[in-house]
Amino acid sequence: MTGWSMLPLLAVMLPVLGMVLAPALGARGAERLTLALLPVGFALALGTAAAVQALGVPLVHHLGHWTPPLGLALGADGIGAAMLLTSTVVVAGVAVFARAGFGTSLGMPERRAAFAFWPLLLAIWGGLNLAVTARDLFTLYVALELLTFAAVPIVCLDGRRETLAAALRYLLFALLGSVLYLLGVALIYGAAGTLDIGLLAGRLAATPPVLVAAALMTAGLMAKTALLPLHLWLPPAHAGAPAAGSALLSALVVKGSFVILVRLWAGVLPPSPAAMQALAGCGAAAILLGGVAALAQTRLKLLVAYSTVAQIGYLVLMFPLLAVPGVAEKAWTGGVLQAVSHALAKSGMFLAVGLMTERLGHDRVADLAGASRVAPRPLLAFGLSALTLMGVPPSGGFAAKWLLLSTAIEAGQWWWGLVILTGGLLTGGYAYRVLSAALRAGPAAAAPLPHDSRDTVALGLALLALLLGMLPLASFGLLQIGRVGP
Amino acid sequence: MIVDLALVGGILALALGVLVARQAFAAVALFIGYGLLLALAWGRLGLMDVALTEAAIGAGLSGVLLLAAARRLSAAPAQEDSPPGRVTRALIGAGCAILTCAVGAAVLLLPDAPPGLAAEVAANQRATALGNPVASVLMAFRGLDTLLESAVLVLAVICTVALAPDQGWAGPPGAPQPQADGPLALLARLLPPLGIVVAAHIFWIGVDAPGGKFQAAAILAAMWLLPWMAGIAPAPPIGTRALRITVAAGPALFIAVGLLGAMLTGAFLAWPSGFEKPLILIVEVALTLSIAAALALLVMGPRT
Repeated sequence: MTGWSMLPLLAVMLPVLGMVLAPALGARGAERLTLALLPVGFALALGTAAAVQALGVPLVHHLGHWTPPLGLALGADGIGAAMLLTSTVVVAGVAVFARAGFGTSLGMPERRAAFAFWPLLLAIWGGLNLAVTARDLFTLYVALELLTFAAVPIVCLDGRRETLAAALRYLLFALLGSVLYLLGVALIYGAAGTLDIGLLAGRLAATPPVLVAAALMTAGLMAKTALLPLHLWLPPAHAGAPAAGSALLSALVVKGSFVILVRLWAGVLPPSPAAMQALAGCGAAAILLGGVAALAQTRLKLLVAYSTVAQIGYLVLMFPLLAVPGVAEKAWTGGVLQAVSHALAKSGMFLAVGLMTERLGHDRVADLAGASRVAPRPLLAFGLSALTLMGVPPSGGFAAKWLLLSTAIEAGQWWWGLVILTGGLLTGGYAYRVLSAALRAGPAAAAPLPHDSRDTVALGLALLALLLGMLPLASFGLLQIGRVGP
Repeated sequence: MIVDLALVGGILALALGVLVARQAFAAVALFIGYGLLLALAWGRLGLMDVALTEAAIGAGLSGVLLLAAARRLSAAPAQEDSPPGRVTRALIGAGCAILTCAVGAAVLLLPDAPPGLAAEVAANQRATALGNPVASVLMAFRGLDTLLESAVLVLAVICTVALAPDQGWAGPPGAPQPQADGPLALLARLLPPLGIVVAAHIFWIGVDAPGGKFQAAAILAAMWLLPWMAGIAPAPPIGTRALRITVAAGPALFIAVGLLGAMLTGAFLAWPSGFEKPLILIVEVALTLSIAAALALLVMGPRT
């Protein structure tokens, strides 16, 4: 345990402390505290990534000097460090963006939505950081609780009847997921006597209790990740939330349960090729059906929400490839890159859509004409994000999808390659629908466009997703650190 | 044996009753009874900490919350969805049956002498300066989980406040309670002094015996809720700074002490040796007050 191992822990406690203090500080104080914590959080995430890369082994911190199985461990490996950086960047972008809607200027009375928004943002930040760094299955359950209880109220922050219904549906799916996961955790403790991920590695045999636990936990995490067929809650929830909230939900919240699913199947649970094929089959169905549904949407926000359903499908395509020697390493990089690039691109896209909706006064896809006049920079951000989602070079999405495609073929599982190609076409289709409508001439803009710093945030996130593809792949050696498997 | 069989039969019958009850109020009443029987079952298994928590939170506070929800539903009946068809119901039933059988079989097929950490907890308990093994797990071995769960409670309070209407959201939480008379008013005057003493006792013995901050906080919350429900003591507005600080203080202090341990010993949440007991006590007092306030606010609910 070195001094560096404290960094991921501090990256978790920083937003949690901020969330706890937020109600006492009030809306204005919480907003200023959040903005002050952003650079600190970024330094901690960057320091974690640098330390993991430099040391070449995962960082592990033993809480209170108690070692597992009695105590708890928390730390960062490659995927953990990458997700810490991603969450910090997305949260920072969303926080700066949200000041316009949820900010409280001096002397302004405290508003309900502003009082709630900042601690919910901090809780999502802390919850995701915990989900990617905790090394104990029950601590991971607490991370899921933090994420759920922060994400659900964000959906209905405006208090409209439809968003309340969407939030309630989300809550029911998410609670079902929590219960199933917790049941599985209890069974695993009964079978192995420990919940530490490191100690469980290779210790679980495929006995009936472990298999039931595997099925329960996988189903629970699928519900939380919104993997088809348990995705029904996602479109109304992600489309109903305010733009800043949608960006957090689509970019970060669903990734927390995904990383836990990865940790379970790559290292803890006994390998099961059939289950991996089934999981990736759900992913393939999500890519195809989500893409078709996105094509059919008439509202822009719902279209982007269905696009999330499809993009989540790509995440799980790596599972059947992780057991194949020789390609596992590349498939792993592809899967993690997909999580990171989708987080950046989708947060940029949701923020851009929020700005376009605000300036046009509606989000009907058919009536987007003139958007290029009133919201040129958000439209550009939408287009750049779409490049990543489609997988067009040189974006991060291209690198991710290319790695998944080529490893699928190398592993002799060519059918996933077909799905990836078809999914790219469908994504191109719905992105084209939006862009072609938005580029039509509409009513001339009445006044010159005022400068809006939120445009820069949306563009910045989309550009980061694009630039991710230009990093030389060798630098992703970071992602391999701590990976369990062939 | 006969007592245990009767308990098992009672629990199953009440659980079934909750499912088949047609009235929300009846279902809630059965659910509270179910929680109390479950607490007895935990007690029969020798797990007094779990039994106390189940009775206080599972049956008590959740029961009050559900009763209030049932009352509001009957005052403003919600539009009912069309009931699921025969096929859907058969499928739901089959799914639930398969799930129950799978979990039941899995539990029965677990190793006869399940591997656990009880021996290791006992071996290391002396180092935590606490006599109750549950307290050692909560405050030392798995202190991070306790800390994070107390932060989740703060988050839950923020969630309830987020559900209030924009007008007057910062006012007193919950619906205004009419002044009660009769037994409730009498109880609300008589019980709190007694309950606060009991809570302090449960808190104090928690160091060495079953009990502790969560159970004590649940009792304290109930002692606050009683006069509130009787209309004697109105709740303070959500905007009150003191109320908000009370909710935040416990978890914030816990994190601060955790960071102190990190600075002094190099590990987060390590209690500096020699100061374990006083530090744990200070954190637990603050946590008890914060949890009590949070639980009471959760039961009162958002301003209506």
